Amino acid sequence: MSMREPLVLGIETSCDETGIGIVRGRTLLSNTIASSMDEHARYGGVVPEVAARAHLEALQPSIAAALAEASVTLDDLDAVAVTSGPGLAGALMVGVGAAKGLAVALDKPLYAVNHLVGHIAADIVTADADPLEYPTIALLVSGGHTSLLHVRDLTTDVELLGETMDDAAGEAFDKVARLLGLPYPGGPEIDRAAAEGDPTAIRFPRGLSRASDMAKHRYDFSFSGLKTAVARWVERCEAEGRSVPVADVAASFREAVVDVLVTKALAACADLGVPRLLLGGGVIANRRLRDAALARAADAGVTVRIPPLSLCTDNGAMIAALAAELIASGREPSTLAFGADSTLPVTQIHVAARGAEVV
Amino acid sequence: MILAVDTSLGTAVALVEADGHAVADASSHDSLGHAEVIGDLLTRALAEAESTPAEVTQVVAGMGPGPFTGLRIGIAAARGFALGRGISVMPVPSHFGAALSVIDADAPDTAFAIVTDARRREVAVSIFEGLDADGIPNLIGETVLVPRADVDERLRGMHAIEVATLDATALARVGLRATIAGRTLTGPEPLYLRQPDAAAPTAPKRVGL
Ligand SMILES: [Zn+2]
Repeated sequence: MSMREPLVLGIETSCDETGIGIVRGRTLLSNTIASSMDEHARYGGVVPEVAARAHLEALQPSIAAALAEASVTLDDLDAVAVTSGPGLAGALMVGVGAAKGLAVALDKPLYAVNHLVGHIAADIVTADADPLEYPTIALLVSGGHTSLLHVRDLTTDVELLGETMDDAAGEAFDKVARLLGLPYPGGPEIDRAAAEGDPTAIRFPRGLSRASDMAKHRYDFSFSGLKTAVARWVERCEAEGRSVPVADVAASFREAVVDVLVTKALAACADLGVPRLLLGGGVIANRRLRDAALARAADAGVTVRIPPLSLCTDNGAMIAALAAELIASGREPSTLAFGADSTLPVTQIHVAARGAEVV
Repeated sequence: MILAVDTSLGTAVALVEADGHAVADASSHDSLGHAEVIGDLLTRALAEAESTPAEVTQVVAGMGPGPFTGLRIGIAAARGFALGRGISVMPVPSHFGAALSVIDADAPDTAFAIVTDARRREVAVSIFEGLDADGIPNLIGETVLVPRADVDERLRGMHAIEVATLDATALARVGLRATIAGRTLTGPEPLYLRQPDAAAPTAPKRVGL
């Protein structure tokens, strides 16, 4: 298949967003997202079974809505794409089942792709953006992942430099929000609370940033120690009968997260001589993170790219976009034998391609 | 032609003609791996029937009960297929398929129970008695979860058939009969029979000073 402008429908169900995207080559035609976030709010975090049930309900109407928005029919499609992993296994499987049923019925090629690499592909379908230049460092931050990648080529060569050893950054926001009595999801709540706070009021620890840690975990992240430090600080405050200065705690916590994310991302840019940084994932919605990344990258001579927020959060358009790139570079579709892989490594950009060994 | 998909136990795919005649049956008895095999089973069933997707006019989805993660894969695939064809999905509780198989094979003249494993030392139980006027197994009461240890006592000597694999051909026939009769046997929600495992958060644990 060599199509310069393939029409692709992408299905994304790795976490709590049912994302359906339609692209024609590098042009975004629809980015439809149904989120089950509200259903998770009372649990204080994403409940996998709740997410999976919501995907099953949302898929059909979301696909119909995306087709209507893009003004195309299923018969027009050149291929179907789906997230194979990483993500929540039960949630991923809903998308995989639907994608296989759809592809078989349509007799169209099916591309099973990597969610994290999809986040990078989101940049490609950003309207009016200059073409993505390689290599680039990519920092992906969400409730599910915190990963630093070295992208030499989107479809063939992506390397994981580091990732979180415990909580994802977004999870840390959720947990600290709970400590401060703020609702779920924590990111926007912490942001709101931090607006009036002093980010230098409390010096919270920067995970894996000591010299000894940097030797082994230069590009890895850890947020559980930070969360515990915040909890301890709040408890001490209460034990001393003082009211918790929520704004200062929120601002100082956020500063610790932002500092370690930006420092490590820019260290990767400097170490590898790559003057380009791409940001992705839902936590990029955090204004302070964007501002700090832009300011400090400018000082370091690094260009920052940030897709619009609707393409940063989990979505199907990025999955369709990655498949469209695979098709444009002449790659074969996946066989029907792939499954959901909750820990799919970032090096597996495209899963179970024909001719590849299917385990 | 009617396509039936059920992943409440193994992964079962079948095609039957509009008169109920079986033309293809492709299944895997593995209780895992539904996501991996569902696509190949769909294509294998079509190949066995020497048919194309265009010849499928209706999809029947087995709605469980069954382990949630596996169960959803078949329903998702059935819906994806139907969407691709622009046709509707008839949801059928999986126990109806099992009951029709029993009735077709043995024609029991009294009520009997279909029992399937529901994990956590529980089983799902549905009681049927013969066929109704539309040729659909007559479900008495509702499908319920029962502790495995209590089944004999609860059924009080009623003939119980524990089913470990599901026949998608029988499921397709039930769906076909329901369609002809203009009936729906269950809603679009799978027969989960259990709420998700999740508790609202309690106060944050103290970490200690
Ligand atoms: Zn993501």
